[in-house]
Amino acid sequence: MTPLRVSIIGVVASLLLILVVLELIRGRRLKERYALLWLATGAVLLVLSAWREALNTIAGWLGVTGYPPAVLFAVATLFILLVLLHYSTVLSKLTDENVELAQRIALLEERVASLREPRIPAD
Amino acid sequence: MNLEHLARTVAIVPAYNEVAAIGRVVDEIRAFDPAIDVVVVDDASTDDTAATAEAHGATVLRLLFNVGIGGAVQTGFRFALEEGYGRAVRLDGDGQHDASELGKLLAPIETGTADLVIGSRFVDSNGSYRPPLGRRIGIRVFAWLVSILGGQRVTDTTSGFLALDRVGIELFAAEYPHDYPEVEATLIALRSGLRLSQVQVDMRERETGSSSITFVRSLYYMVKVSLALLVASLRRYPRLTGARR
Repeated sequence: MTPLRVSIIGVVASLLLILVVLELIRGRRLKERYALLWLATGAVLLVLSAWREALNTIAGWLGVTGYPPAVLFAVATLFILLVLLHYSTVLSKLTDENVELAQRIALLEERVASLREPRIPAD
Repeated sequence: MNLEHLARTVAIVPAYNEVAAIGRVVDEIRAFDPAIDVVVVDDASTDDTAATAEAHGATVLRLLFNVGIGGAVQTGFRFALEEGYGRAVRLDGDGQHDASELGKLLAPIETGTADLVIGSRFVDSNGSYRPPLGRRIGIRVFAWLVSILGGQRVTDTTSGFLALDRVGIELFAAEYPHDYPEVEATLIALRSGLRLSQVQVDMRERETGSSSITFVRSLYYMVKVSLALLVASLRRYPRLTGARR
């Protein structure tokens, strides 16, 4: 069975995570679409910390017989991996969009310049 | 779209800090054929590359920040697409590609027998280009991989010396890798059904500056390009018609 102290710390930590994320959204420092995975992380950890029988049962399914709170770590790690992977896709998209913007600006600047002063035809 | 351009050719020259070479590159292209419009894509150089190219009569596309060789070249393809050019050639800004060989590259485009012509250093086994062993192995391995995955024998996938017709311009304007692009772009072209032909060219030693390939970078290069090839062969590409419009 999970030690009571571990459960309490787990509840407090996941509540803290949820509160910090909500506060960041409220202050417009975090967009909702990037907060959802964090909130899901907090919610799942909160449930698993507070509902001790559930954690035990899941630990049993996974074959973790010695120390059920290990499942908490595993779940937390899994969610952090998901968040990081999600951010890598966001970063890739931003990189592509950034390059496309630079290309578009280069093309438009040339067009503006050639409207001001028509291109000299190459003979 | 500028319809009267369709019969015209644009030369796309990516350049990053090539102030010492770029003037001559532009001059040589215009000397080869004054009717070719030269477009230098300045990849956020910190020297006077852009102004020098302009002074030699090139149109200059200035990138706001450095986007890498592929992103720079693609800017040129997009220019060619939007301005309605029917043919495009691409040469490096460091002068390693000899503009007097452009005729060989453009011939299969003009007769309509190819959509993409690559200037290869290895069509003839007695070509004069002898790269260091490591690079030679890399070039061979990628040529072999692209040949298998693309279904056509390709001798030089790392060459940046090429000519395109309108179909090729449309493809590369829409889809071109942003860093170390040549190998993957060749495979994309083959898988999109472009007719590829290769002509023997010689390349000059760099006149100025140094090659950007260091050991760590060449390791990154090998891994990145291999991954890109693997993924590109799993993707679906719409078959483009080879017929010229």
